[in-house]
Amino acid sequence: MSLLMTFVVALKALRRNAMRTALTALGMIIGVAAVIVMVAIGTGASSSIQKQIQSAGSNIVMVTAGSGGFGPVRQGQGAVTTLTADDAEAIRQEIPGIRYISPGLNTRTQVVATAGNWNTQVQGASADLAAIRSWPAQFGSFFTEEDVTAARKVVVLGSVVRDQLFGAGVDPTGEIVRIKNQPFQVIGVLTSKGQAAMGQDQDDTVLMPFTTVQKKLMGVQHVTNITVSAENGVPLDTLSDQIAALLRTRHKLQPGTDDDFLVRTLEEMASVLTSTTSTMTYLLAGIAAVSLIVGGIGIMNIMLVSVTERTREIGLRLAVGARDVDVLMQFLVESIVLSLAGGAIGIALGFGISYGVQRVMQWSAMVTPSAVAMSFGVAAAIGVFFGFYPARKAARLNPIDALRYE
Amino acid sequence: MSGQGGGGLQGPRSVIAVRELTKTYDLGELQVHALRGVSLDVAPGEFVALTGPSGSGKSTFMHLLGCLDRPTAGQYVLNGSDVSTLSSRDLARVRNTEIGFVFQGFNLLSRTSALENVELPLLYAGKIPASERRDRASEALKSVGLGDRLGHHPNQLSGGQQQRVAIARALVNNPTLLLADEPTGNLDTRTSIEVMGLFQKLNIERGITIVLVTHEADIAEYGTRVIAFRDGMVKSDGAVAHRRDAVIEVARLREQAA
Repeated sequence: MSLLMTFVVALKALRRNAMRTALTALGMIIGVAAVIVMVAIGTGASSSIQKQIQSAGSNIVMVTAGSGGFGPVRQGQGAVTTLTADDAEAIRQEIPGIRYISPGLNTRTQVVATAGNWNTQVQGASADLAAIRSWPAQFGSFFTEEDVTAARKVVVLGSVVRDQLFGAGVDPTGEIVRIKNQPFQVIGVLTSKGQAAMGQDQDDTVLMPFTTVQKKLMGVQHVTNITVSAENGVPLDTLSDQIAALLRTRHKLQPGTDDDFLVRTLEEMASVLTSTTSTMTYLLAGIAAVSLIVGGIGIMNIMLVSVTERTREIGLRLAVGARDVDVLMQFLVESIVLSLAGGAIGIALGFGISYGVQRVMQWSAMVTPSAVAMSFGVAAAIGVFFGFYPARKAARLNPIDALRYE
Repeated sequence: MSGQGGGGLQGPRSVIAVRELTKTYDLGELQVHALRGVSLDVAPGEFVALTGPSGSGKSTFMHLLGCLDRPTAGQYVLNGSDVSTLSSRDLARVRNTEIGFVFQGFNLLSRTSALENVELPLLYAGKIPASERRDRASEALKSVGLGDRLGHHPNQLSGGQQQRVAIARALVNNPTLLLADEPTGNLDTRTSIEVMGLFQKLNIERGITIVLVTHEADIAEYGTRVIAFRDGMVKSDGAVAHRRDAVIEVARLREQAA
């Protein structure tokens, strides 16, 4: 029998048991749709993390002060005070390929304005930070190199802090806020950046020259981090190694002792985050795949029932000249049609649900062509795999035994 | 026309020639000897009735003739070629092109039109265009008097009509041999006679060789030759002395009813 006729016969057989066909296909539909949606949500999460990393700047190397302490007592990260603004200056001058650099230190404190007050993160930085994080001002401007050198009491507000202290959308440039009982002049408000990859609100912050934080707020000489932005095309691994070597020399660390700082690239942090989300994606897709296999077993079950039920039909077909390969193909094609039809509907449903998740839950969900191709392929494979045993069982029937089956 | 069963008549002219055909069913400890060495010949154009009590081996013999089962020992030559040693693939072709089957239970595909049921053997007969399949199937249905029932499904047809669809299906590939296993077993007397009339017509007008299994003596008398089985062997084999004519009998039944 030609393949086309086999296909037509299979379709007719499936149509004769429409309800059963629909329910069997439902197993496939749910399985395929689940895989598509899970992979879409996972991919969406990964890509939104990627996007955030990109917006934070992908050519960034972070130097943070290391954990200190001697002997059994280990202090937390940033406890070491050996990292200084001079280190940053040395990095800028001695290592080629650096575009921007910003030493920084943070403190959490209360910020008070006439209308209200707010507890937030105060970040000390250099004037380069705005460029490093490509963070333009909504109102006013970022502080300048001179502000840093003179340790002026000027602040740039994140949009959340502005909203809390002055009200949403207000331009507070020129106003005074008080931090630790000292007046600071607001010279700018930053545009909203939203949540960072780890969930903290990037807009809930106040920025001022790091020298101001050192001298006016904390009374220290060191910094806790140095943010370095490389020229395009500079390999970040090499740069990290060069920075580490320079800092070891400057901090007079003997060979064999630990670094008193930590050098990381944002790419590394991004890959940690991405690998976390892809682990989640694999987990979810794995669970969804289980339902796909259950759907496949459903198909096998129904095909076995169908072979038993139609034993006399098989006998008749053999009696009028069907070869065993004809019978094998008939049932195999039936099972493949069942799983592929289920797969196709499942893909459509997966698209729909992904879109719904995106609209209703505001998650980013991306249906990738590879996920579609994969689930369609898996559906076909399931049709062949789970259809083969029942089909072979049918094909191996002895004509007379099949005809006389009651 | 009628052969003297059992010996001597084998030749190129025989449709069926079997020699020492044996079939033993191995049921673990028990061995059932369904056929114990049957030898006979059937010439073209014969209408043979196989009779005998149940368990006599007549059905087993029929299945072997139809290549639905393989003999344990012995030789079966169909239309001059030995089919007892063929592969299952070649047997399928023999069943498709040289043999037509009619069963007691009709064995029609349910929820499938008469036309499609009759087309079934053509689907397995190699590449035949759909239009030709359709033409040949409707031709076969017309020849059994069902030209106006092409689109009917089996459950919309009477028992006699269903059996005629089955006969049309058996004829559609123009076989040389028509095998019928208790074809009237599920039919009432009058319909039985009508169906036998159809067989007689095919036998006489088209010269198709027919082998029919029945346990009813009167049905056997529509044939030209009766072979009686007993305990897996041929008990008797002879020509029918007074062959019944279904056409006349149906006409008589109509008169009585009128």
